[in-house]
Amino acid sequence: MAKWFETHLPKIVLAPSFIAVLIFVYGFIGWTAWVSLTRSKLMPRYEIDGFIQYDRLFASPRWDTAMNNLYIFGGMFIVISLVLGLILAILLDQQIRVEGAIRTIYLYPMALSMIVTGTAWKWILNPGLGVQAMVQGWGFENFKFDWLVNPDMAIYTVVMAAIWQSSGFVMALFLAGLRSVDTEIIRAAQIDGIPTWRVYTAIIIPSMAPIFLSAFIVLAHLAIKSFDLVIALTGGGPGYATDLPATYMYAMAFSRGDVGQAASSAMIMMLVIFIIVVPYLYSELRAKND
Amino acid sequence: MKYTAKAAISAIALTVAGAAHAEPQAEVLHWWTAGGEAKAVAVLQQEFSENGGTWTDMPVAGGGGDAAMTALRARVLSGNAPTAVQLKGPAIQEWYEEGVLADISSVAEAEGWADVLPAQIAEHMKCEGDWCAAPVNVHRVDWIWANKSVLDANGIEMPTTWDEFNAAAEKLQAAGVIPLAHGGQSWQDATVFETVVLGLGGPEFFQKALVDLDQEALTSDTMVQVFDQMRTLRGYVDDNFSGRDWNLATAMVMNGEAAFQIMGDWAKGEFLAAGKVPGEDFLCASTPGEGYLYNVDSFAMFEVDGDDKKAGQDLLAKLIVGPNFQKVFNLNKGSIPVRTDVSLDEFDECAVKSSEDMKASAENGSLLPSYAHGMALRGAQSGAITDVVTAHFNSDMSSEDAVKMLADAVANSM
Repeated sequence: MAKWFETHLPKIVLAPSFIAVLIFVYGFIGWTAWVSLTRSKLMPRYEIDGFIQYDRLFASPRWDTAMNNLYIFGGMFIVISLVLGLILAILLDQQIRVEGAIRTIYLYPMALSMIVTGTAWKWILNPGLGVQAMVQGWGFENFKFDWLVNPDMAIYTVVMAAIWQSSGFVMALFLAGLRSVDTEIIRAAQIDGIPTWRVYTAIIIPSMAPIFLSAFIVLAHLAIKSFDLVIALTGGGPGYATDLPATYMYAMAFSRGDVGQAASSAMIMMLVIFIIVVPYLYSELRAKND
Repeated sequence: MKYTAKAAISAIALTVAGAAHAEPQAEVLHWWTAGGEAKAVAVLQQEFSENGGTWTDMPVAGGGGDAAMTALRARVLSGNAPTAVQLKGPAIQEWYEEGVLADISSVAEAEGWADVLPAQIAEHMKCEGDWCAAPVNVHRVDWIWANKSVLDANGIEMPTTWDEFNAAAEKLQAAGVIPLAHGGQSWQDATVFETVVLGLGGPEFFQKALVDLDQEALTSDTMVQVFDQMRTLRGYVDDNFSGRDWNLATAMVMNGEAAFQIMGDWAKGEFLAAGKVPGEDFLCASTPGEGYLYNVDSFAMFEVDGDDKKAGQDLLAKLIVGPNFQKVFNLNKGSIPVRTDVSLDEFDECAVKSSEDMKASAENGSLLPSYAHGMALRGAQSGAITDVVTAHFNSDMSSEDAVKMLADAVANSM
């Protein structure tokens, strides 16, 4: 009995959370997929009616804008955060004084919620209150920085705020990576007289590949589910110029009573995440099986 | 021991007696949580308990009712709907189609609602002929507010046509005043848009385009002109308008920074709260053109179990439309009574004008539901129109493209 208990204890302990995940994650994904095939309006209905919601979704110019914004936002946010994080990490790795204090300063934005970041940047970028008003106040009357209220540029203000928030976190990841590189190899390279930049590009950065992947995955899912930052910073505006798929889904589900449409947009969002995550999972699993 | 048993028995007896009387119970879901609105609800709450009822308040603030609707959905899905819910316009019929609304025709007939409510508004309160909701107030949407001293200083009269408005705006702009105070939020863009549709197209066109969603009207030349006027108006708005809340725009009119604002009569509450006097400090007029756009708040009654709750529902419905509550509530909220037989002696001149216009337009058929405030269309359709309006207003899209996009968006939202 005791033996049986011992061998099965891990399974018993894990079972409740496994069941919970099964129902509340995968069960509800299935439910959303079902609803996305119906004509649900205010409340979910369950009569399947083909791909009408997806047809409507792809015919909607607002959804086009949302997906375009996702590409712009996701692409720039991930690439710039990675590059900036890496540069900061390398600079911090030069055995400088007060490294701890500087590291904390760069990491600090991560401690704020996106709502706070969004509100602060809204004030900074507001042409009547923030940077533009300040510089004009210094006497540069022609200075113009109205990206926040310019429909063509507003999405870039979201990118700016998101990078400010996350690059410190990426820096911390890379810093840990830099510290984990075998110092023996670096020292050997230095003895051989290889210049520092070559040490970085040929030895250190390639050996940090797993960290790049982790950082990429974290940033990518942050980008795709990004919602609160847009709501706080621009409210999706001007017009719907800074709508993202998540804000589109929210509007359909909770403001417009169009649950079927919201479900179909949620499925597309999940598909995008799958496209990014599945290769990652695949490579991870394959590595383990080898 | 004896005493305990006795107490228990008498407690049971009391409970039984209580159940037999069915004391009115009402759980009321609403999102009137701020300032004058909260005060207005407190009036109803007090009146309800004075009539022997027990009121369970369920205020859910946030998102202009979105949060409350989410709470409602959860309650209905779990089979435990509140007694009464703040709902309005076609949303009432939408919930009726889900099969969860109650029939309150007995109260409505006993109180003679059909005789005191304008027919167009009464129609919103009915689900397939039966009364299922009680109207609270009427907000007029097509108001234009102005700073009197700014107009006087520039020799401008209140405009009665959009051309006059444009001429006045040019003059103001030359004088360095922002002609139109506006907040760049999609519902505010939609509010201005619908007043322009009404003004340029007239009531019949409004009905066809924004209520019946007639494709011919949506793609007509008149609609192109409407978008042209929207583009013109965009030029009269300051550069910093994006995302501005409506009350900040009202403040711009108040302090003379801007001359006009197009906004429903909740804006009047801001003026009055700042101690401004209608006719002296600020002016109210209907937006250029004829007609009247209404935004009627109401409580829909949900299907509930138990005599006490049903009694609460009936009492609540009776009180909401009762003359006393109609007067006190609307004095607090800045709107006008939906009953046409309430004395307006204590109301300000803007409210009196609103009420007179409502009666007149109810007779000549120009009393119309506001699309921007969810009275004319269901969420999916009105949302689709608003998307186009706000996309056009916030870009350099041509009016022809906007009209085409409008027709496509409406068709796609069905």
